[in-house]
Amino acid sequence: MANKARALVDGLLDPLARLGHGGLKALAGLGRAHLLLLGILAGSWDMLRRPRLLLAQVFNVGVLSVLIVGVSGFFVGMVLGLQGYYVLSQFGAKESLGVMVAASLVRELGPVVTALLVAGRAGSALTAEIGLMKATEQLSGLEMMAVDPVRRILTPRFFGGLISMPLLAALFSAVGVLGGYFVGVGLLGVDDGAFFGQMQAKIDFREDVVNGVIKSLVFGVVATWIALFQGHDATATSEGVSRATTRAVVHSALAVLAIDFVLTALMFGK
Amino acid sequence: MAKQHSIEVLVGAFMAAGFVALFFLAMKVSNLSANVADDGYRLTARFTNAGSIKARAPVSMAGVRVGRVEDVRLDKKTYQAVVTMRIDPTVDDIPEDTFANIFTAGLLGEQYIGLQPGGSQDYLRDGDEITQTQSALILEQMIGQFLFKKAEEGGK
Repeated sequence: MANKARALVDGLLDPLARLGHGGLKALAGLGRAHLLLLGILAGSWDMLRRPRLLLAQVFNVGVLSVLIVGVSGFFVGMVLGLQGYYVLSQFGAKESLGVMVAASLVRELGPVVTALLVAGRAGSALTAEIGLMKATEQLSGLEMMAVDPVRRILTPRFFGGLISMPLLAALFSAVGVLGGYFVGVGLLGVDDGAFFGQMQAKIDFREDVVNGVIKSLVFGVVATWIALFQGHDATATSEGVSRATTRAVVHSALAVLAIDFVLTALMFGK
Repeated sequence: MAKQHSIEVLVGAFMAAGFVALFFLAMKVSNLSANVADDGYRLTARFTNAGSIKARAPVSMAGVRVGRVEDVRLDKKTYQAVVTMRIDPTVDDIPEDTFANIFTAGLLGEQYIGLQPGGSQDYLRDGDEITQTQSALILEQMIGQFLFKKAEEGGK
């Protein structure tokens, strides 16, 4: 009888225990992620003495993403031009097409879409690279040689992502505005002067452009950090690395979108 | 060595492209190039109704922008709106009897302050007040007046 009662209580407590286990695991992961970030930042002085390492990572994250970011920006700008023209022409306000295209690109789409693209193209590569380094015990090898793998491997990658992201986002927005110009002025016949004139009158440098750059800096930190952490924290098997890569992309995308909401509310939600 | 060098060149080109894009956004897309220098002089004007004039709204003369609204606040004694404007330092010869109106750009556009110069030989200086003003036209009020007038006419 007593056994039965105990089994019942255990059965009731079991889901609670599982919830607690999950929560503790998530918290522990968060803690490891922050410790890793501290380690990465602690290595920034060492990295400045070896700019070559940083250069190679700016190449990996930034230069190699230019094509996808540029082409996506152009297409997004063209679509904005088409859709915006459709809506605005119904209100007889197609001269505001430039404002609409530029505001949506500079404030939102530039930073966010670039962050998603970079998370997919460069973030996943970072996770896979670091995860494989861990699985093939290259990181342990570095430690054996008294080289701190966090400082030597992770720090330059972190700052490479941090530097590349705002530049890529600016590229995205600029190319997107040209795409919108191409569709709006070139194909749909919006007045050339009104397109840029209204845009300059309504888009504020501090309010819109600088806030967009701040956003993309934050996304650069978040996306690179998540990618590096997932790689560094991956189970050292091929399956573990593949899971970590998936997680890196999913988590960065969710984090970027959630943080974007918070930042937008803080910056523009008056 | 050659490979390292080509990476350097590509990274340099990438960073240059990024900065050019930022520059393009700053100069061509946003209003940075059109900003009035902060060293302009201040003028104030009182309106019985400032409409939807806000800080940064343009101040123009003959359709040319000569400054920006810096501040709008309520005078607690007279219940008038006090609008402070920063005028471009190159426009230093606005006559004393200039008229300040609040206009609307287009039917639904934003409101701006239009200055109509008078004929005086004395010019406004930093801190001076434009005494002759006309308030913003409120569309609802006008429609109301119009209806009222029509009803009056119908009664006769």
